[in-house]
Amino acid sequence: MKAPAFRYHAPRRLEQAIELAATLPNARLLAGGQSLLPMLNFRLLAPEHVVDLAKVEGLAGIDELPGAVRIGAMTRQREIEFSEVVRRRLPLLAEAIRWVGHRQTRNRGTLGGSLCHLDPSAEQPMVAMAMDAVLDIASPKGTRRLPMHEFALDLMTPAIEDGEIVTAVTFPQWPEGHGWGFEEFARRHGDYAIVAVAALVLRDGDGRLSRASVTLGGVAATARRVTDAERCLVGSRGEPAAVAAAAEACAQVPAMGDAQIPAGYRSRLARTLAQRALDRAIARTGAVA
Amino acid sequence: MSSPSHPPSDRCVDHHEIRLRVNGRDICARVEDRLGLADFLREDLGLTGTHLGCEHGVCGACTVWIDGHSARACLTLAAQADGCEIRTVESLASPDGTLHPLQQAFRDHHGLQCGYCTPGILMSLAELLRDVPDPDESAIREVLSGHLCRCTGYQNIVAAARAAVDRLRGAQ
Ligand code: FES
Ligand code: FES
Repeated sequence: MKAPAFRYHAPRRLEQAIELAATLPNARLLAGGQSLLPMLNFRLLAPEHVVDLAKVEGLAGIDELPGAVRIGAMTRQREIEFSEVVRRRLPLLAEAIRWVGHRQTRNRGTLGGSLCHLDPSAEQPMVAMAMDAVLDIASPKGTRRLPMHEFALDLMTPAIEDGEIVTAVTFPQWPEGHGWGFEEFARRHGDYAIVAVAALVLRDGDGRLSRASVTLGGVAATARRVTDAERCLVGSRGEPAAVAAAAEACAQVPAMGDAQIPAGYRSRLARTLAQRALDRAIARTGAVA
Repeated sequence: MSSPSHPPSDRCVDHHEIRLRVNGRDICARVEDRLGLADFLREDLGLTGTHLGCEHGVCGACTVWIDGHSARACLTLAAQADGCEIRTVESLASPDGTLHPLQQAFRDHHGLQCGYCTPGILMSLAELLRDVPDPDESAIREVLSGHLCRCTGYQNIVAAARAAVDRLRGAQ
């Protein structure tokens, strides 16, 4: 179908965008449009106003900070995919981004758009959750910073008020030599994941895992860290029994189910993909990206 | 049918003025705010090579280039294309009618049947061939994963893409 009628705005400065978002009734923010436009065309949404952020200055770009990488909310997935900084410093994000949609949608879709859409099986919210990313959220009152686990409230429900705009996402970097793994299963490449798993591990000097991060996508209402799995790994040497226990913990997370994909199937996928993601992450420890 | 997007300013519909370049031609137009880029290209500019299949980003029939990169024209408002450089399938063949090597390869290898999906696939493959001079089959298939074709079964599309790669490399 065609989108319902609305009024389109294309502010150039952040203050203008914030003011529009805060004052216009029933307004939606438009980032890359790869989720909003389908929802408009399906007429699942009928906003009175659409505020396009594409021309707002200063919302796109990848900045290296000490110990972290800050990515502007309007940075397109394509730029993340081909960024040398991301490949070197955020290898998990570099790997996960290639699973996002298709070439043609990554060329337009943005990091901030995906985080705000907050699809339960989307890869970018998973990586933000896995890495304890922090979002900058601007409003007429100023900018607040919110960690991803507080931002992801519920199914497609970010903790963001009318009039607030996510402007950037800061990913704290894992130390050099950490291992990462990302595994996903979908019926066809580029479809929404049925289940996806992101894993990060770090080894200390005597070969024990000193840190682990395990995140599921497509299982719960939002991307979900599995702290029980992380506890199975930290202190272990990443031996098969520890990985199997962590994978089992992933299978224990209560899973969503529907007529096509029952919960039990998602749980089995969670176990299998967690095993693979962890095996890969552990094998990669010590390697310099 | 979508109504043409030109003025009727007495109607209660919001419009925007956009300036963009389409296939090398500078265009200034007044478009309805909700008008999609694909409808703008087809209805307002008469560039009917860009097809609309699903209108929600799944089939790839509407693929054009926006600022040098393939994109879904059904997931882009005409207003968002303000200031952009758009290329459509009409720009592939030379003005004298000589087909682009990809188009020729599709013809030679039976890479299309009904042709509905073809313009979008050509635009995506043209981007791949520009960016990756010698793509392997998996790179070709990965790009094709953003497209649906109900006729060919894809094998001949892959064969055509590979033939175009060989031909372009031979020409270097
Ligand atoms: S019409 Fe745009 S993807 Fe199907
Ligand atoms: S040739 Fe008919 S849909 Fe592809």
